[in-house]
Amino acid sequence: MLSELRTSKLSPHKYYDLYMRAFDELRKLEIFFKDEGKHGVSVVDLYELVQHAGNILPRLYLLCTVGSVYIKSKEAPAKEVLKDLVEMCHAVQHPLRGLFVRSYLAQISRDKLPDIGSEYEGDDGTVMDAVEFVLQNFTEMNKLWVRMQHQGPGRVREKQEKERNELRDLVGKNLHVLSQIEGVDLEMYKETVLPRVLEQVVNCKDDLSQYYLMDCIIQVFPDEYHLQTLETLLGACPQLQPTVDIKTVLSRLMDRLSNYAASSADVLPEFLQVEAFGKLSNAIGKVIETQVDMPAVGAITLYVSLLTFTLRVHPDRLDYVDLVLGACVKKLSNIPKLDDSRATKQVVALLSAPLEKYNDIVTALTLSNYPRVMDHLDNGTNKVMAMVIIQSIMKNNTCISTADKVEVLFELIKGLIKDMDGSDVDELDEDDFKDEQNSVARLIHMLYNNEPEEMLKIICTVRKHTMAGGPKRLPFTVPSLVFSALRLVRQLQGQEGDIVGEEVPATPKKIFQLLTQIIEDLSTVPSPELALRLSLQCAEAANDGDLEHVAYEFFTQAFVLYEEEIADSKAQVTAIHLIVGTLQRMNVFGVENRDTLTHKATGYSARLLKKPDQCRAVYACSHLFWVDDQDGVKDGERVLLCLKRALRIANAAQQMANVARGSSGPVTLFVEILNKYLYFFEKGNQQITGAAIQGLIELINTEKQSDSATPDSASDAFLASTMRYIQFQRQKGGIMGEKFESIKL
Amino acid sequence: MVLVLALGDLHIPHRAADLPPKFKSMLVPGKIQHIICTGNLCIKEVQDYLKSLCPDLHIARGEYDEETRYPETKTLTIGQFKLGLCHGHQVIPWGDLDSLAMLQRQLDVDILVTGHTHQFTAYKHEGGVVINPGSATGAYSSITYDVNPSFVLMDIDGLRVVVYVYELIDGEVKVDKIDFKKTTATTHSAH
Repeated sequence: MLSELRTSKLSPHKYYDLYMRAFDELRKLEIFFKDEGKHGVSVVDLYELVQHAGNILPRLYLLCTVGSVYIKSKEAPAKEVLKDLVEMCHAVQHPLRGLFVRSYLAQISRDKLPDIGSEYEGDDGTVMDAVEFVLQNFTEMNKLWVRMQHQGPGRVREKQEKERNELRDLVGKNLHVLSQIEGVDLEMYKETVLPRVLEQVVNCKDDLSQYYLMDCIIQVFPDEYHLQTLETLLGACPQLQPTVDIKTVLSRLMDRLSNYAASSADVLPEFLQVEAFGKLSNAIGKVIETQVDMPAVGAITLYVSLLTFTLRVHPDRLDYVDLVLGACVKKLSNIPKLDDSRATKQVVALLSAPLEKYNDIVTALTLSNYPRVMDHLDNGTNKVMAMVIIQSIMKNNTCISTADKVEVLFELIKGLIKDMDGSDVDELDEDDFKDEQNSVARLIHMLYNNEPEEMLKIICTVRKHTMAGGPKRLPFTVPSLVFSALRLVRQLQGQEGDIVGEEVPATPKKIFQLLTQIIEDLSTVPSPELALRLSLQCAEAANDGDLEHVAYEFFTQAFVLYEEEIADSKAQVTAIHLIVGTLQRMNVFGVENRDTLTHKATGYSARLLKKPDQCRAVYACSHLFWVDDQDGVKDGERVLLCLKRALRIANAAQQMANVARGSSGPVTLFVEILNKYLYFFEKGNQQITGAAIQGLIELINTEKQSDSATPDSASDAFLASTMRYIQFQRQKGGIMGEKFESIKL
Repeated sequence: MVLVLALGDLHIPHRAADLPPKFKSMLVPGKIQHIICTGNLCIKEVQDYLKSLCPDLHIARGEYDEETRYPETKTLTIGQFKLGLCHGHQVIPWGDLDSLAMLQRQLDVDILVTGHTHQFTAYKHEGGVVINPGSATGAYSSITYDVNPSFVLMDIDGLRVVVYVYELIDGEVKVDKIDFKKTTATTHSAH
């Protein structure tokens, strides 16, 4: 059976199957050997006997098997038997067969090593002997393994590599055993184990082996050991073959150390003591320097691992974080803009890591190299990153509270704020563009300081940047900015007293001047409807601050926009509602100013295109002449004039409908005007009498019953509920009841 | 029991970045049967978000809404109640309850929901109830100082509606409720 193991014809996989079968049989043999009583030969003699086996390979398997029994019998010191065996295996130089026979040796010797606390310790052997044995076996196995690749022609190389890989664990097992030996403490690892292993790794000059073994070392030995031997371990890296993927090895090392750091806070001082960060960043620097052909993605991946490490181990050392970013900038400085998508992904990971760790964009803003890294992204990715930053702020509800920080932030997101060189705005998908700009608009509300002076500085900084955005962006950013400023105005108005003395930049007047300019910017878009709305908002705010001239100016702005730029009829109707609604609330105007403005507003209302719109706008204007608070204007006559005018328009609308369509329209407008009559009647407008109301009701009924009337359930219901209302008021009794009694139904 | 969420005047992104987190965590999909929105969302993103809470979404046009095709007014029937919806900038004087009552009569509804003032009100008059859910984000308003974020949840059950108003005051969500009862059932025959 053992002779079968002599074959050269099997693939490693098949050989392994054979080996396993043999192994099982050999176990039985071992049991037989142990039972001296059965065969009557002493183990010493047995050891001698098997050496007479014909061929070397079976001889060695038998020898190892007997050796195992021998050691167990304690008739010879473990260390001597082991030494003998490991040297005898030298006789098999065929890589595959040699590997397996040494593997067999390793397997059976596993539990017989003279480790601390084992039964074989003492004069029979010490830990040093055990270590020596394993190291020797390991070294020889690696040599055999490396030699496997030199067999056969180049074409077959790929197949061979695959086969080689299948065997790697046989070699790696030895390192595993070393790590399990109790007696291998830090001291022994540092002085003996690691240097010897690394020696073999470096000297074998085989990239497959080097990569595998470095990784093995990192995975198999404890993290504390790695920390304490960092220099030695890292020192081996530049000595490896240039084709070894050292960056992956380093990344895995850093990942392990990161996890170790995360496992408990107690280990962190250790990292500081061994200056882990310094050593790692130096090693990485050296590797990148020596491997000039390393693609960008490789270098950046290394920096990402280092950054993760730094954030875990030294989160408070922002200077370290900045250093890592700086090193990355240096590497990227040879490439103007990245166009490798994998490298780009890594850069985004690099930039996102501090955001996720610190949850506070303000910390990231202090990293001087952060914007420089961003500059190396292509325009598209730069914007993606900017969005990531904004989302981080929104998610964490971060408030950016000084103009300086706002400045830095806007530098970072400049890809969103304005057109960058080389980018074609037209190419951008419209929805994506809207999303971006809306994000910026929302961001503006996160920039806030309670202190008015600083808040004003923030507003000015934002304006400076958003102005550069051009007509495409202003409609999105201007409203946010305006309302931010209006909030500040209100805050200042709420503060008691005026600040006397020094020139204070933050006064409502100054802010209104700024607001005028900001709204002016919209003319470049142009966006008259938005500008009108914002002007009216400012007028109201000025009203609240008793600034008559400022309010008048804003109204003028609004009216000019209406006259000159809002031509769409639907837009005009809404604009009139807003103008009249705002004007109705103004109490700051003197008589002259008020008259001018109300005259204009009523004029516009009467000139809307569609009659119904005219009618409604005109009766809305009636409220301009009646304000309910104590010193508000209450001009009963002008109210009635408006209502009568509205009535005339409604009549005209009916006649027009008759002529144009052959039947008059619904009486809805009349019922609306009736309701307004009732409104002012209730408020005590003397000019509106019960008789007038009666007359209007009769008019409505007549219209409804006329031949040309079109029945309309909605206006009927409206009239019915209005009549119900009148009844309800009559039944109220008291002054109101009396009043309503005068309406004879 | 039919739950109707009434909210509006969010003014995202012009005046507010987002709904308050405490409100967001309360508004989960699948719990509400209808949403009526007084307008001024202002962007499609907000409409999509509301749609995700409940597919039956009704919106009236506010003067800052990006979508200009929302209707000026809308009426709908839920159970025994007829509801009317209008942003409110069209009704002058703004916030004037008598003028709003006129609109209610015109739309012939039991409950009129309007916004614009960013101030929560629930007002019962001869013709029905006028509800203003305020601003769900607490957005700046030229009409109301110190706006607290608020929204309304109506529980319609037969002839009774319980109006729950949720207000965010000093970081805490406070709830209040008001009961309204109809006297007669809605007749569905056409006049």
